[in-house]
Amino acid sequence: RAMELPPSLFPAARAAAVALGYLRYRRGGPGRGLQLRELRSARRQDIDDVGHKYYLELELEDVLDKDRTVSCTAEVLYHLGSKSSAPDVQLTVQGELRSTEEADKEFYTRIRSLEKELVAENIPDSHGNVPPELEPILLLAWAASGYVIWQNSTENTKFHLAQVKHVKQVKRSDEDLQFDYVVLLHEMVSQEVLPWQVTLLWHPQRGARVSQCHQEPAPG
Amino acid sequence: HQVLRVLPQSDEELQTVQELQELEHLQLDFWLAPRGLGLPVDIRVPFPSLQAVKAHLEAAGVSYSIMIQDVQALLDEERREMLRSGRQLPLNTNTFNYEAYHTIDEIYNFMDMLVAENPNLVSKLEIGRSTEDRPLYVLKFSTGGTKRPAVWIDTGIHSREWVTQASGVWFAKKIVEDHANNEGVASILETMDIFLEIVTNPDGFAFTQTTNRMWRKTRSKHPGNLCVGVDPNRNWDAGFGEAGASSSSCSETYHGPYANSEPEVKSIVDFVKSHGNIKAFVSIHSYSQLLLYPYGYTYTAVPDQQELHEVSAKAVAALSSLYGTQYKYGSIITTIYRASGGTIDWTYNQGIKYSFTFELRDTGRYGFLLPAKQIVPTAEETWLALKVIMEHARDNLY
Repeated sequence: RAMELPPSLFPAARAAAVALGYLRYRRGGPGRGLQLRELRSARRQDIDDVGHKYYLELELEDVLDKDRTVSCTAEVLYHLGSKSSAPDVQLTVQGELRSTEEADKEFYTRIRSLEKELVAENIPDSHGNVPPELEPILLLAWAASGYVIWQNSTENTKFHLAQVKHVKQVKRSDEDLQFDYVVLLHEMVSQEVLPWQVTLLWHPQRGARVSQCHQEPAPG
Repeated sequence: HQVLRVLPQSDEELQTVQELQELEHLQLDFWLAPRGLGLPVDIRVPFPSLQAVKAHLEAAGVSYSIMIQDVQALLDEERREMLRSGRQLPLNTNTFNYEAYHTIDEIYNFMDMLVAENPNLVSKLEIGRSTEDRPLYVLKFSTGGTKRPAVWIDTGIHSREWVTQASGVWFAKKIVEDHANNEGVASILETMDIFLEIVTNPDGFAFTQTTNRMWRKTRSKHPGNLCVGVDPNRNWDAGFGEAGASSSSCSETYHGPYANSEPEVKSIVDFVKSHGNIKAFVSIHSYSQLLLYPYGYTYTAVPDQQELHEVSAKAVAALSSLYGTQYKYGSIITTIYRASGGTIDWTYNQGIKYSFTFELRDTGRYGFLLPAKQIVPTAEETWLALKVIMEHARDNLY
């Protein structure tokens, strides 16, 4: 009862963006930046009284390891009357993702030993430049915005991270790193670029967690 | 590093400064060497030697001032500026930096140089003025004839899509080169003219450079509206105001108070109607890597759907052949979203069968902020697709 969807049609692409956001949140980090190489297939099932469920086959790559691709299957369920709740995502990655233990440890040590809290803005800048030492900060922003994208997507939206407007490290007494981000999310259907404040905690073993996020009010 | 300036006022002071020259281990670099009393001595002092130099001068009662607080910071900034914008004014279109993003003035200057270098092929037309009274320039490439069947290409209608204006500049140079070498589009130019509008939304473009990099719309302020700007790709007279555009002025897809309210749009409408012989019309956007044909405002398929679909397939294959960049293609409404009042829906309804929209690189990793080093590869691959469309139009004139 699930109908085949040509991957060139937009409903499939939107569901794939949700799956990617979820995956970046769960598995992303300063040493891992996952992006979609190809949407191989998509099916959609309309479930009475529940919602629309998409079955996806995705081919992913890590921007830090572009010679390899990783396959993944995902199920994205948009609930009926979806304004209230985030889509449910289930995702299975085939095989192993490249280990980032070394890079994570190095990043963690580097940030913990900074005398002044890290502050940066406009990543990438207007010309698409990302200073190498800020690349891990950008990849953590992918994880943070991945959460926001997953939680706030509907069948009528498609979000991408447009830019990290501002990031400020906040030193903590516990072992987590904390970064307060202001990210700009580009929503493809309305074409709006929306500022979101996101607080991200990260730890080499515990991974990324969003502790709070909210959309900033639009400038007057 | 700091640069210190000393003005020796006595022989003793002059001697103190000259002594510094002997102290090789300090690694001093005299930008202005000691020449005589009352003449400035400028010394670049590496950080490790600063304390020693200042102590030496102070002990002898020689006063100095700090001319440059931090040389490295200055160098870094200058290097960034140079790399960023190739700000050295190019002398001709061969020294112009195609691998960088440019300002409006630099692009307008480029156009004038291109015309000056190729007066028998290229001319510049002013088809109107923007809301903020900037000129709307179109380059015409023609080897002669009178109102030959023509191809229209526009870039930069949405100002934040910077790779498109940058690609337009590259296309202009490419047309001239092909013609000079009698290859590529030279054969098309034998029977057709090419019109290229590079900065289709100059007010928006200026705004992205000075104030808001993410600005999309025009900069018009219509009476009674709360916000500035109209989406120039919702302002055309094709399904104007229907589903697929917003009636709120604060929205990025605001269609405007009425069709063709924006001079940036009206000028093209007037041009197309008065020319009357345009056979292919391509409007270029970014990002998403898509090649699209009409319609966006209705699910009804265009009568020429099959042919446009086949041409798209061929164009996309040509594009991919260069760097492997993957594109999808189809009608606007099935491939991207419903959009009313769009450019190519209007041009198609005017009878311009080969109406296409491109969404260039990338698919979201950088989005609007595409790194400058991707400008030329993007332009090169897109050009291959454009040639397929132009050749098809030439071989299937109607």
